[in-house]
This record gives sequence, structure tokens and C-alpha cells, in this order.
Amino acid sequence: MSYTAATVQLLSPEGTLVHSDASEQYLPHVDKLSDDALQEFHRHMVVMRRFDIEAANLQRQGQLALWVPSHGQEAAQVGSALAARPQDHLFPSYREHVIALMRGVDPITILSMFRGLSHGGWDPKEHDNFHLYTLVIGSQTLHATGYAMGMGLDGRSGTGDPEKDAAVMVYFGDGSTSQGDVSEAMVFAASYQTPQVFFLQNNHWAISVPVSRQSRTPLYLRGEGFGIPSVQIDGNDVLASFAVTQANLDAARAGEGPRFIEALTYRMGAHTTSDDPSKYRDNSELEFWAQRDPITRFETYLRARGASQSFFDELATEGDDLAADIRKRILELPTPATSTLFDHVYSDPHPVMDAQRQALADFEASFEEGN
Amino acid sequence: MTETMTMAKALNEGLRAAMGANDRVLLMGEDIGPLGGVFRVTEGLQSEFGDKRVLDTPLAESGIVGTAIGLAMGGFRPVCEIQFDGFIFPGFDQITSQLAKLTARHEGTLQMPVVIRVPYGGHIGAVEHHQESPEAYFAHTPGLRLLSPATPHDAYWLIQEAIASNDPVMFFEPKSRYWQKGEVDRDSSGIATHASRVVREGTEVTLVGHGAIVSTLLQAAELAAEEGTSVEVVDLRSLSPIDYDPIVASAQKTGRVVVVQEAPGNVSVGSEVAATVTERAFYSLEAPVLRVSGYDLPFPPAKLESVYLPSVDRILDAVDRALAY
Repeated sequence: MSYTAATVQLLSPEGTLVHSDASEQYLPHVDKLSDDALQEFHRHMVVMRRFDIEAANLQRQGQLALWVPSHGQEAAQVGSALAARPQDHLFPSYREHVIALMRGVDPITILSMFRGLSHGGWDPKEHDNFHLYTLVIGSQTLHATGYAMGMGLDGRSGTGDPEKDAAVMVYFGDGSTSQGDVSEAMVFAASYQTPQVFFLQNNHWAISVPVSRQSRTPLYLRGEGFGIPSVQIDGNDVLASFAVTQANLDAARAGEGPRFIEALTYRMGAHTTSDDPSKYRDNSELEFWAQRDPITRFETYLRARGASQSFFDELATEGDDLAADIRKRILELPTPATSTLFDHVYSDPHPVMDAQRQALADFEASFEEGN
Repeated sequence: MTETMTMAKALNEGLRAAMGANDRVLLMGEDIGPLGGVFRVTEGLQSEFGDKRVLDTPLAESGIVGTAIGLAMGGFRPVCEIQFDGFIFPGFDQITSQLAKLTARHEGTLQMPVVIRVPYGGHIGAVEHHQESPEAYFAHTPGLRLLSPATPHDAYWLIQEAIASNDPVMFFEPKSRYWQKGEVDRDSSGIATHASRVVREGTEVTLVGHGAIVSTLLQAAELAAEEGTSVEVVDLRSLSPIDYDPIVASAQKTGRVVVVQEAPGNVSVGSEVAATVTERAFYSLEAPVLRVSGYDLPFPPAKLESVYLPSVDRILDAVDRALAY
């Protein structure tokens, strides 16, 4: 399942702007962008890919239990996230590392989850409303919808002031579209006309199962079926990702109800470092998508616009610096004290937590000298 | 001032009081608006507070719980109604994998003040999936609190305590007692959220139970008294955490404990009570802690439910066995 006649594309794989009936309504969103802004798109994608490679290396070297690569999905993630405003709430799945970083989450916080030190632990309020990763497939779509219902009840969208209006964007994948929760989320979103964008990254593989096993119809038509205006985009085109998301978030913020975007992209690497894609997919498919790489095409575009070699050199250095920084800091992370196990299971005081915390402390103390 | 009312009315009044006290409290569920819920517990609340405070939802339990989580993230205090006990399982994943774990996942920066009301238990002659007692699944789940009132007074206060809790609360309502009347004292200072209570004092055997079975225990105690046996009855009220001190004190006094519940006995709340009483009151016990439960079966067709559910006779039989040690 690849590009269709309906796929919105603004930047061709060759790195040139596409002028078509479909693209004309979105190109104005891109025309407004300065060269500096466009270079920022590229910076996020390039630095992210370097981070992703370093994290996978750290896993191979035994410093992480697992890594979830995002290689290939940079344009879908960066473009959509740059279209969001700070007041928007973003609900990720678990592969949106670049968006976490863009919303102010320390990359070490992401890595510490995969090192077995936390289950997340950042406070969305302190990180531009970027919510925690959700590992159960599709569950976060309902949380996002509930949050958006609350925004509607509180009058936080459709105020008439576009600077104040807020919306929700939820990220999910092609595999999750088979989960009941995703359908229920669309039912609730349509029913309550939530200020919300469903952003589906169709990376074509749910571990080893191809998207053709999940759906006989292009996935954006699922959104239409629930009465949600839906659009399919070339998810490896960062300009389409940005422009279409901006148009749809603007509509959601303005109180026009939910929207659905299917971004066609490709998981170039494994599902996780525990996976072996060579067992289930052809190199020819990989080659097809390598020719549609999001970073290569955007680099071509920026060079044609006059970006200097020094800009690209600086990005490479920035990526290497980030990689060195996380490598150094990950090794310095302490294991949390055992007593913290009991600290946050409940918000209010709880007698069982108190008793078990004390019992563990007593047990550990019994090994100390003199006992 | 005390007033006589049914448990359904007491819950309705408790919800009304909580909604009046805090405008972030909202109700959501199937058929809870104009209809007032299939048991009429929310009757009149939508017309009083409006359809932005009382939400009739699509028919999807996972959707109800999952969106309640998102609403709680936005500062609301949602109270969800699950229509019947056996319909909670489509929402089980959102309750156990998300609702129960989100505060820990956020390392304390996120509170989850969500209440899930579940009418539960048998005695109403209904079809399959409408008479179950699924509380053990949730009592087993860290991060949840479980309450179950046995009287209108407790229902009135405990629902308000549940809504005031900053943690998720599963609120199990004994639907067969919805229409039983009792005194409600609205001027009292409420009750401690997780306190069990001795509802009848006695000296020879302790009966422990929760929800609908508490009134059955009181009937059994009355009949035992006629035969000269003094029976104490303890109502758990809270199934997680369980307030063991009054139960252990009672066990130390009587030396004999029978735990009674409608749910299947295998790996149940009653199993946990029996084990803990044995640990904490071992030297006071004159007999093993006995259990009277639903049999380990799917809830049977209604014409056989009186055989399945712990009856006064089965409870008294266990009392006799405890006394025979």
C-alpha cells in the first residue's frame, strides 16, 4: 500500500516542489516559511537521525535493554510537530523521539526508559504538553480524545482568538488501527466534535505484519467512515507533513471538529532492536523507500534554495555532539533508591504502601553489619 | 437530620452533593442522561446540572474509561457508570493497564481522580452477564482503590469519599440492595474512606462480608442468636485497601471467622481476608478461617442463583462447622 492519486505531496522525492490541484491549497502554508525556518526543519530531522543511531548503538553495546528506532519517519514527525503550537497537547505512541526532544524532553529521559530506570516520568505540563509514551497499542488515542473533550467543555478551542485556541494531536500507527480503542476514539471524537487531529503514521509494518493484513482500504478512509474529514499525505515529505497538519490543527483549534491525517512513511529499521526484518520483508521494498528518504529530498531542496555546505557541516557536528553527550550521561544515571518503588502508586496516603515500604526497609537493614 | 431512603436515592443524593461541591465533577456513561441510568441512580441530574456535566456516551466501555482518563488529565473528576458488572470487561484494559498505572508512570505528577461505578452481584433474576461479582480482578490491581457500600448511609458518604479521592476508585454498588431503605444521616461528618465496621456485636463467631451479602449475614446472625449462638458481623466496606484491624480484633475475641462473598471463591477477596486473619490472629483462632462463596462457576441461569449464592443456610452451616472444631 503506497502512494495513491489522493496522496498530498508538496515536495517530490527528487526535491522539487509539486504543483497540483491537491498541493495548491497547502502550498501557501509553506510559502510563508523563511529559509531559516526551513533549515530548522532539516536540523531537527538530521540531529534526530543521529540520536536514533546512537541509541541503537547503545543498545547493541548493552547500555539499553531495548531501542525503538524512528529511522525513516523523521519527516512525518518533524513536520507535524512543527505545525503544533505550545498550547496544543501531543499524545505520542512510543516512537516519536524527535517530538519529545522538540517539546523540551531531555533525550536522557527517553533513554532512561529503555535502560530500565523509569516508565516515563516526565511531567507533560513542564514539557510543552508532550504526554508520556503509551506502550499498549492505541490506548493513547482514547486519552487524547478525552483530553480534547475536556478542552471542548472548558471552551479552550473555538474562542475566536486563534492565538489562544488549543487542540490535541494524537500519534498512532498502522497496526493500531486494528485495535478497538482507536475506533472507539474516533467514535467519541466524532460524537463530541473534539478539537483534535488524529495523526496516523503508516510505516507499513506492525512488527512483521504488513499493513495489507490490517486493512483492505486505505487507512485515511477509516477516518472518513467515522465522519471525520480525512486526508492522506506523503509522510516522507516534511513540507506536506507540516502544511497539512497546520491546516488541520487550525481547523480543530477553531472548533471545526476532529481531523484525520494518514502519513505514508516507512520504518527503515527494525520494529525494535529485538526484531529481525530480514525474516519477513524484501530488500526491494527497502530500496523503494530509500529512494524516498525524507532527509535526502529535503537536503536537495535546501541546496537548490542556496543553503551553504557549512550549514550541513554544522548539523553533522551538532548530531555528533548530541550523541557524545547522551553516551556520557547515560552511563552516569543512578539506579533509583528502592524506597521510591512505593512512592507514586497512589496520590493519597495508602496503608499498604506504607507497610510494604517499611517491610522492605527492615528486610534490607537486616543485612547490615551488626544486625 | 436523618432521612429514610433507598440506596439508589442515597447514591443519587451523594452524586448531587459532590457535583454541587465541585464543578469539575462530571458523570459519564450509557443511558445516564434523560433516562437516569438503567437503575435510575442518576435520575434528574442531567436536567439539574446540564448535559456538559452529565454525559450520555456512546456504547463503549473502553471508550468511557479511556476518555475519562483524558478528562482527568485535563483536571476533571469523572464518575463513570458501567451499566452492569459483566460489561466492565471491554474496559478492563484501560482500567488495569492505564488508569491504575498512570500516576506511577508519571512519578506522581499526575493524579487520576476517576470513579468507576459498577452495579454488581446477583439476587435479581437477570440474564447472563448481569449478576456477576468481578471485584477480585480489580482488588488484585495495584493503583486502584475499591469501595462497596452495604447501606444507604454508607452509599451516600462513600460515593462522595470516592469522588474526593485523588486516586482511581472502583465503586461496587450492590444492585440487589438499590431498593432497600435505610437511614441516611446527611449531617454526620461522613465516614473514614477505607474503614471496615462491626455492624453487629457477638462473641462466638465472626462473619465477614461486603456489599449485598452484609444483610444476609445479619439475617444469619439473628437466626443463630435464636439458637443461642452469638455472632459478630463485620462489613468490609473497602476491598482495597482492606481495613484489617477491626476484623483481627474480632477474630481475637471470637476465635472463629467465616468469610462470605457472592464471588467465586478461588483467588478472591475472601481468600485474602482469610489468609491475613490467619497471619495476624493465628494464636487466637480456635478453627481455620472458613469461606462461603459463590461456586467456581460462571454465574448460573437465574432459576439456580439461589443455589449458587451464599444463603443463610450455607452461612449457618459454616458457623456450625467453625464451632465444631
